[in-house]
Amino acid sequence: MKLIVNNVEAYAYTGGKPFDPALPCVVFIHGAIHDHSDWTLLARWFAHHGHSVLAVDLPGHGRSVGQPLADMPALARWVLALLDAAGVERAALVGHSMGSLIALAAAGQAPQRVSHLVMLGTAYPMKVSDALLSTARERPLQAIDMVNSFSHSTWAPKPSYPGPGTWLHGAERALMRRTQASQTGRNLFEHDFQLCNSYDQGLNDAARLTCPSTLILGARDQMTSPKQTKELAAALKARVLTVDAGHSLMTEAPEQVLNAMRQALGA
Amino acid sequence: MSGYADPGFDTLALHAGTAPDAATGARAVPLHLTTSFVFESSEHAASLFNMERPGHVYSRISNPTTAVFEERVAALEGGAGAIATASGQAALHLAIATLCGAGSHIVASSALYGGSHNLLHYTLSRFGIATTFVKPGDLDGWRAAIRPNTKLLFGETLGNPGLDVLDIPNISQIAHEAHLPLLVDSTLTTPYLIKPFEHGADLVYHSATKFLSGHGTVVGGVLADSGLFDWDAAHAKHGLFPELCEPYAGFHGMTFSEESTVGAFLLRARREGLRDFGACMSPHTAWLILQGIETLSLRMERHVANARKVAQFLASHPLVESVGYPDLESHPSHALAKQLLPRGAGSVFSFNLKGSRKQGKAFIEALRIFSHLANVGDCRSLVIHPASTTHFRMDDAALAQAGITAGTIRLSIGLEDADDLLDDLKRALKTAEKAQ
Repeated sequence: MKLIVNNVEAYAYTGGKPFDPALPCVVFIHGAIHDHSDWTLLARWFAHHGHSVLAVDLPGHGRSVGQPLADMPALARWVLALLDAAGVERAALVGHSMGSLIALAAAGQAPQRVSHLVMLGTAYPMKVSDALLSTARERPLQAIDMVNSFSHSTWAPKPSYPGPGTWLHGAERALMRRTQASQTGRNLFEHDFQLCNSYDQGLNDAARLTCPSTLILGARDQMTSPKQTKELAAALKARVLTVDAGHSLMTEAPEQVLNAMRQALGA
Repeated sequence: MSGYADPGFDTLALHAGTAPDAATGARAVPLHLTTSFVFESSEHAASLFNMERPGHVYSRISNPTTAVFEERVAALEGGAGAIATASGQAALHLAIATLCGAGSHIVASSALYGGSHNLLHYTLSRFGIATTFVKPGDLDGWRAAIRPNTKLLFGETLGNPGLDVLDIPNISQIAHEAHLPLLVDSTLTTPYLIKPFEHGADLVYHSATKFLSGHGTVVGGVLADSGLFDWDAAHAKHGLFPELCEPYAGFHGMTFSEESTVGAFLLRARREGLRDFGACMSPHTAWLILQGIETLSLRMERHVANARKVAQFLASHPLVESVGYPDLESHPSHALAKQLLPRGAGSVFSFNLKGSRKQGKAFIEALRIFSHLANVGDCRSLVIHPASTTHFRMDDAALAQAGITAGTIRLSIGLEDADDLLDDLKRALKTAEKAQ
């Protein structure tokens, strides 16, 4: 589904059904140098179980055109503008990794417009090591391999995602390489990781929230360790659900994540 | 597991796609000989069919054992995923049928396995899919052969039977400039000798019957996708690949490139190709091929070492006119082989006897260790006469274009003691010499 957000064309996957703004809406926000395809199974499930779904491609990612936005508040405003463009007054915001911080920032900007906040594979602060940032700057393809390796907890996720026969390490590396290559003249990897690293308003944004919030964490996450969520969870008064997976929990453990999401959204 | 990059080849060959079985603790890959899988509920069944949840439904589409094989090959190739098929020919057909229809056009190397040539030249033309064959080293020929309705460029890593090394970096560049994918048959090289994706190929397939299995026991194939080809860009630019980039009425109106940015091709190939054409792999076959893959690097090292010794022996024998092995400096693809195949150019190659047809026949019949049959990539050494077997449908002109003469003999060097292979060849050559 194409939308015009701030006069720029944006894309959102609607879960295999036409978007209906009258239904309870779930917005899925992907992580750094990823796109909507992280969410397609979950999006299809919710779209076929009484919800409307917008699994977005952030500006400059995937099918959304334009430049990547400069900072977390700008991305939060973009998400709220996307709701306006879709005719949605209130939605559940669901984000993974960088997308979880965007969801938090958007909920902080407009708490009345957020019915639920679900943060997957998250941490706060989401500090990125200097070594990774410098590698991202100088050798982004190597940095992609590093992040890809750290994001997976197993060589044998079953039944794989979106289905059997997918080698998740290769699929995620290909997605990051393609997303990186789509922005000629710009190092999107470094840009996105700097966004995560520099966001420092998480606890302030959390304090403004009025909706129920849930953290869904990978027990074996090496990118955003579950240990790094205690302060955030306390600030949000969040329910914390843990699945047996690494950072790429939606692809490594799609069934467990679906169950956790159903708990989080009461679906 | 943790680290800065994917593990090494041998580790992936043993572990990719599998872990100790959670239900039983079995360490080896369990063999799931079942046609179908029980649904938890009607709701679960519906969500599986609608791709809301992942899982297995019916073993023609997917199976847990077969999936391990698919994921392992994808891991070894450095790809996003793979689909197991009933044979290598089924893998080639699946790739073509996913991307092409009546009116489509393919540009292919002229140095192909005879079965692939048959499919492209005779059979697919009956279904309205035309192919232009170009010499694998003729880069201008590849470029010039591309038409507005071209959907695919296709070649073999080592052309059959002359072993022309496919210039994957340059041919993939030609393909990508035209927003077309390059499909490569890597059967003779396996991912141990070359990973075509690293050089620009987009799709790779194997006759897994050969070196991946390695023991001459089963027939199977596998088709892998790098996940890097931008189908949407090709569609936007030239209207290509509506099969992947437009809603498909045959499967929930799904637009596969929306469902999976990097898995669109494999989704369509599985959800349409396996579903409708049905050329799937038996889980038992997948299990057997997995046993072979676990020792792939060890076997390929020995295959190559033996092949080098045999090639050098033949090249110095007075009854041998020429040896077509890229490791030899005399081979036209020697420089490209050094660049793309630093671990070796496999263990299947051809040589030409100086003598008559009668002498060629005497040579083959005198061999005791080499088995005369139509296969390659067995752990046992094999021999065949292409002009009267694999390429017998070709006329003389087509044979010549493929680099075959009446005296061409193809060897597939196995894992026996090299000295025994050399003794067998010496004896057979002596017999041939006397058969004038």
